[in-house]
Amino acid sequence: MSTAPPLLEMRSITKTFPGVKALSDVQLTVRDGEIHAICGENGAGKSTLMKVLSGVYPYGSYDGSIIYRGNEAKFSDIRASEQAGIVIIHQELALVPGMSITENIFLGNEPRRFGRIDWKAANSKALELMSMVGLKEDPDTLIKDIGVGKQQLVEIAKAFAKDVQLLILDEPTAALNENDSQHLLDLLRGFRKRGITSIMISHKLNEIEAIADSITILRDGKTIETIDVKGEGADEDRIVRGMVGRDLGSRFPDHEPNIGEVFFEVRNWTVRHPISADRLVCKNSSFTVRRGEIVGFAGLMGAGRTELAMSLFGRSYGVYESGQIFKDGKEIQLKTVSDAIANGLAYVSEDRKAVGLNLLDDIKTSVVAAKLSKITHNGVLDEAAEYREAEAYRKSLRIKTPTVDEGVTKLSGGNQQKVVLAKWMFTDPDLLILDEPTRGIDVGAKYEIYGIIQELASEGRGVVVISSELPELIGLCDRIYTVFEGAITGEIMRRDADPETLMKQMTSTKKLATS
Amino acid sequence: MSRIKELQKNLFGGTTSNARQFGMIFTLVAIILFFQFKTGGLTLQSGNLIALTQQYAYISVLSIGMLMVIVAGHIDLSVGSVAAFVGIVVAKTVTEHNLPWPLGVVLGLVVGALIGAWQGFWVAYVGIPAFIVTLAGMLLFRGGNQYIGNADTVPVPKGFTEIGAGYLPEVGPDTGYNNLTLLLGLLACVAVVWRELRARQVRTQMQGAEPAPMWIAVLRMVVMIAVIVFVTLRFAGGRVGTSFPISGIILAVLVLVYSFYTRNTAGGRHIYAVGGNARAAELSGVKLRRVNFFVMMNMSVLAALAGMIFVARSAASGPQDGLSWELDAIAAVFIGGAAVSGGLGTVGGSIVGGLVMAVLNNGLQLTGTGSDMVQIIKGLFLLGAVALDVYNKKQGRFSIIGSLTRSNRSRHEAADSASTESNVVKQPAARS
Repeated sequence: MSTAPPLLEMRSITKTFPGVKALSDVQLTVRDGEIHAICGENGAGKSTLMKVLSGVYPYGSYDGSIIYRGNEAKFSDIRASEQAGIVIIHQELALVPGMSITENIFLGNEPRRFGRIDWKAANSKALELMSMVGLKEDPDTLIKDIGVGKQQLVEIAKAFAKDVQLLILDEPTAALNENDSQHLLDLLRGFRKRGITSIMISHKLNEIEAIADSITILRDGKTIETIDVKGEGADEDRIVRGMVGRDLGSRFPDHEPNIGEVFFEVRNWTVRHPISADRLVCKNSSFTVRRGEIVGFAGLMGAGRTELAMSLFGRSYGVYESGQIFKDGKEIQLKTVSDAIANGLAYVSEDRKAVGLNLLDDIKTSVVAAKLSKITHNGVLDEAAEYREAEAYRKSLRIKTPTVDEGVTKLSGGNQQKVVLAKWMFTDPDLLILDEPTRGIDVGAKYEIYGIIQELASEGRGVVVISSELPELIGLCDRIYTVFEGAITGEIMRRDADPETLMKQMTSTKKLATS
Repeated sequence: MSRIKELQKNLFGGTTSNARQFGMIFTLVAIILFFQFKTGGLTLQSGNLIALTQQYAYISVLSIGMLMVIVAGHIDLSVGSVAAFVGIVVAKTVTEHNLPWPLGVVLGLVVGALIGAWQGFWVAYVGIPAFIVTLAGMLLFRGGNQYIGNADTVPVPKGFTEIGAGYLPEVGPDTGYNNLTLLLGLLACVAVVWRELRARQVRTQMQGAEPAPMWIAVLRMVVMIAVIVFVTLRFAGGRVGTSFPISGIILAVLVLVYSFYTRNTAGGRHIYAVGGNARAAELSGVKLRRVNFFVMMNMSVLAALAGMIFVARSAASGPQDGLSWELDAIAAVFIGGAAVSGGLGTVGGSIVGGLVMAVLNNGLQLTGTGSDMVQIIKGLFLLGAVALDVYNKKQGRFSIIGSLTRSNRSRHEAADSASTESNVVKQPAARS
């Protein structure tokens, strides 16, 4: 296209964390005045790259160089990058809910007169910024009283208050509904006309196609390619291939599925968001699980898979709206977690440290925690039985620990996950829902966890696996549902499953007919 | 170092929260010996031990309930006021409305339960922090006490005073000691032996778990029996007419019952689960609200009992009863090894913590230290005990605050979660 020097060039960026190479030799070139999209799977390194750019990881903590406006930039912190006009808007909005729009826009950047905050100036400047981003609200309105879409606009107004030249948006539309997303995209187009450059991280390929001038694809911390949309056109298949294309290899134990009849069914499950009542986190979802079957749920972060699982598990998330659950042909009511456990459900959460385990516990107390009734006689705990049960799981799941008296914090991630699995196997469930069962676990332990999951299915239980890693779902599951924005958008049998098809259905509402 | 740790584990059981108790028992022994020396033997005299028991029994009753409240992750500031309120209600009905005193005690417990249900409702079902609810309760029931009693003192009849100032009666042949107290001591010795044997039996039922060597079990039994015999003889051999106080017996029964409840029942374990990680407990089927309601209600019932014991001891209920008891009870629990953030602590530890404070207080008074210095020393002691705990945690033991910030960070940095993970895992391994 033009021969003008690029606004930003990130050259050979390599960022290592102890034991993991998050970015390896990444190249990113952003031209002045364009909208540049970055896509990649969860964990591909997009956010890390943006943190390098914005100074969250300061100069010196990474290898490679950042050339910004022709000079090498050495940002020591976020403040330094903001002074250079680079502003990042994170997925989790950094707003104070109890403060007004004006107060938030100028937070940490208050206009002062003689040392006092000049609220008059602040308010009139705020109105000006708000009209720039198309936000029609009283600037004194509190943040908590406006919707997520408008909050997003406040964030952008805040960026403009800092005289932004390069705006970075991390998943800006993930939490927005159709209208708000559209408004945001229009806004970005308007910025482009005025010469403001934007970098947008997004999972939504339709949005990227609609708006981006260039697309850089990352995978496993490496740049796969940069597509010039005007020159070559955005080819959705090409993007998807770039995002997921990798070798499956034999990362899974051999498993001969023995699948029985349907025993668990969810019909028209609809759940509202716990706070913003006009948002549906599960939209009319229906699915089935057969005995001995491993069923996968594919979807991007924020698609509503965890919300679906937790709302089924004793209504632990959101506000129940409608829908039915059937088990063995009979409708069951699961209003509390104890109901769910009593009816043979188990849910292994995605965040084992925050909600899966009591980190003060030792292994044996963790293992029996979800079904104490199994080791109590007349209300009294049988400590010997507790020890025996925990010891049995230690052996069968090969939990690496000297004794089951050890605290769970002393275990590695993989072994902690085995303890959580043991905790739920101890409840003798018919249906296990495993949410990201291998997150943050090394390859060897993953293989073992896969073996345990397959073993559970072989025993005739149904297993639901929620995962953000497509190869994991394809290698492990007999059948995969895709979820997009709270709705189930597809159902794919193992033999038809490939990353491209899945990714397509995970990123669009179009329901493809596959059996 | 590892030898000492091994011994610690064998003598006091292996779990993490016991390490603090181990230290506390030694502190207690040291303080007793120090004051025994300083006061020329006054500390361990029969009269002083009996007075000590009567003076601090009601605080210890409170600290049992407070332990459960703190383990569940709450706090109760209202206990002193609740005790005073129940005290005046019972004193009024027994004295002015001629209610038989045993029924008065029942009435007091019922009033305590109602107050507890009130506070538990706001904490568990409305979701107001216990700090606020009980701060309100502190004012509310203090005012209630003065409203009902006209800010005046109301005496209680003779029978009622037994639960606070009474002793075991003299029965049987004249042995020069109080026979019932001797019997009690004997029972305690038998219980110690039985418990030790039972623990060994349970341990051998666990495959792969090595029971502690026999000599350690014997040593532990010998030490405990020696202490029991010494204490029994002191209590039984005091001034004629005195013996082991009734309030001490009430306390001992409560300690046994609540130790058992918190350690050996599902309900007790749920309290620890809620305090350790409420969300994880909820997702494991623990009924969060029910647990919170129960601990708050239970606390007020025990506060009612403590209030009645105090009224009985001073033979009257007054407007100043129970002032700053909550602080003594809370201090006892924290000195006894409970974690500020919940999930850790034992009934036994809280009793030891209460004893430490009691002996400290008593010893300072016996040595003629002014109340100004007593407060300063007690304050520094509390701070020191908890500071030591925080320091221990920083030395590689588990810290709740640390784990929380860690998990938060890994949620935000999905891409980096693998690395934070391996960091976390490596640290404890490198230290041990």
